[in-house]
Amino acid sequence: MRLKTRRDAPVWLIALLPILSIGVAFIIGAFFIIWAGESPITAYIALIKGSLGSTFAITESLARATPLIFTGLAAAVAFRAKFWNIGAEGQLYCGAMAATLVGTGVIDLPAPIMIPMLFIAGALAGCLILLVPVVLKTHMKVDEVVTTLLLNFVILLFVNMLLEGPWKDPMAMGWPQAARIIDNGVLPTIVAKSRLHLGIIIALVMSVVMWAILRFTVWGYEIRAVGYNQQASTFFGISINKSVLMVALFSGGLAGMAGVSEVAGLKGYLTLTLSPGFGYTGIAVAMLAQLHPIGVIVSAVFLASIYVGADAMSRTVNIPNYIADILVAISLLSVLVGAMLTRFRIVWGK
Amino acid sequence: MMLTAGLWASVIRIATPLIFATLGELICERAGVLNLGIEGIMTIGAMAGWIWVYQGGELWGGVVFVAIVGMIFGFLHSILVVYLGLSQHVSGIGITLLASSISYYAYTMLIPFSTTPPKIVPFSAFEVPVLSSIPIIGEAFFNQSALTYLSYILVIVTFYVLYKMPIGLTIRMAGENPVANEAQGINVLLIRTGAVMVGSALMAIGGAFLTMSAFDAFYFGMINGRGWICIALVIFASWKPGKAFLGAILFALFEALQIRAQLIGADVIPYQIFSMMPYFLSIVAMMLVARRAAYPKALLVPFRQGDRI
Repeated sequence: MRLKTRRDAPVWLIALLPILSIGVAFIIGAFFIIWAGESPITAYIALIKGSLGSTFAITESLARATPLIFTGLAAAVAFRAKFWNIGAEGQLYCGAMAATLVGTGVIDLPAPIMIPMLFIAGALAGCLILLVPVVLKTHMKVDEVVTTLLLNFVILLFVNMLLEGPWKDPMAMGWPQAARIIDNGVLPTIVAKSRLHLGIIIALVMSVVMWAILRFTVWGYEIRAVGYNQQASTFFGISINKSVLMVALFSGGLAGMAGVSEVAGLKGYLTLTLSPGFGYTGIAVAMLAQLHPIGVIVSAVFLASIYVGADAMSRTVNIPNYIADILVAISLLSVLVGAMLTRFRIVWGK
Repeated sequence: MMLTAGLWASVIRIATPLIFATLGELICERAGVLNLGIEGIMTIGAMAGWIWVYQGGELWGGVVFVAIVGMIFGFLHSILVVYLGLSQHVSGIGITLLASSISYYAYTMLIPFSTTPPKIVPFSAFEVPVLSSIPIIGEAFFNQSALTYLSYILVIVTFYVLYKMPIGLTIRMAGENPVANEAQGINVLLIRTGAVMVGSALMAIGGAFLTMSAFDAFYFGMINGRGWICIALVIFASWKPGKAFLGAILFALFEALQIRAQLIGADVIPYQIFSMMPYFLSIVAMMLVARRAAYPKALLVPFRQGDRI
């Protein structure tokens, strides 16, 4: 068996790829549902109803998509330059900590100033923490995969320490959670009687901004060039270190903003359960979007509805909601295979 | 108090899963494949071994079952990165997500609504005659569960196979210069697949040690980054089995001291600071060796049959 380069991948196939991948995931996922002794058709109908069946369900799905757009963008930007930032989860919590630090009463400004300030603080925190792996990589050649992954655990322990110690809200009846974000810092909901908040608008704007940066600016060009071919980029005078630094600023910043959006938008306060793995799911989001910033919006909404739908399904049908994680993981793996098949043809034999 | 036999016994207990998984990752990387599925494969190993025994299976049968489960995920990773040449980073993360979500799914499905995790009867400690009567060392190294002894044996076997047998040379070649392998008529893809499957089986057993020997129940998030630490340990050990063993022991020593320090210093310093230490230590260890780390030259490079470089 070997692979032959294919030059004629039809555009419609590339566009359809994420949907096909999710389809494959649903087919394989059916076996897990049968294993649990339920009918896949009933289960999937419950899943779709739970994620798209009512206005409330749709707003829930979009609210869940908001942090995924941010972390998906964070992964997409980094992976474009082949900088393997697997630490979006930790960077998200750094953003959330920054929002808590700034937004719980130290300063109180009108909302139009307060909200941008929270996002800037969160983005800065995400950047700063990602600078550690970046500098270790550029100056000491330490592999970023391990450092970003391990920092996730350090950061979670740090949050845990704050929540059990100095930041513990005495009004929270013993729950380890921080004080609430003050009213001027809270992101207003944009659909009445729902949890869908301003964060999604900011996420959409960031997607377009990232698309424009990657598409039209020299920075974006350099990031993409480094991803395609490091040697050629060096030859043309692009500094690899500078591009990696650039990537870190964007990627860490975006992941940090995810944390702000969750703290100031959805929850209102920092807890240890702020993110059920949004940082890791962001990788699946980015891959399904084939690292395209606008595609990230679509795939984030897709995956978010799987999660929201699975939560609803597990309440009606007797299937653990971990089925959503299984579906997302299979979609991730199948989109990888699919993307490869658009670039190569498999030739059997010699 | 610091260097008693009791401390060393707990060091070995902490080190055992790391020894298994580090050896597993080492074998994969020696053949040129990074396996970031390690964290998930350890999780599913822990779950599968526990379920096997919980449903009435034999302990050793469980170990075989766990190895097979690990191999299945290793095979999946091989199809994706060895045969299809996909990104080893992304595929590995995908395998981790898949394996851990299947573990949690299966566990919740089979054991619903339990407030306290049900327990099994794990491997018990087994005193090796003669050797266990050596002061301190004997007590620590040779009064452990059978799986720990298996890990010692595997260090020696891995060393012997990689360095003293023709197949070992072939595996190392697959990670350094696969074209030379092919020139000898060796199927590189098959060698890499085999190495990844064996490596993944070891990772799974490493995870299973936690539920079948160290503890007696399965907890969510129980692997807790041990897989990622093993990735760092492989680099720290410069891809050598003996050094991997020592690295795991050294790491476990710090971990055991850290746990004891938590108990002593709890009033002054929050315990989380101590818990962070192992992760920091792994990062520092990587900083120390990074500059002269001799990565296998073909690590992360997909091999296409018939390619001429």
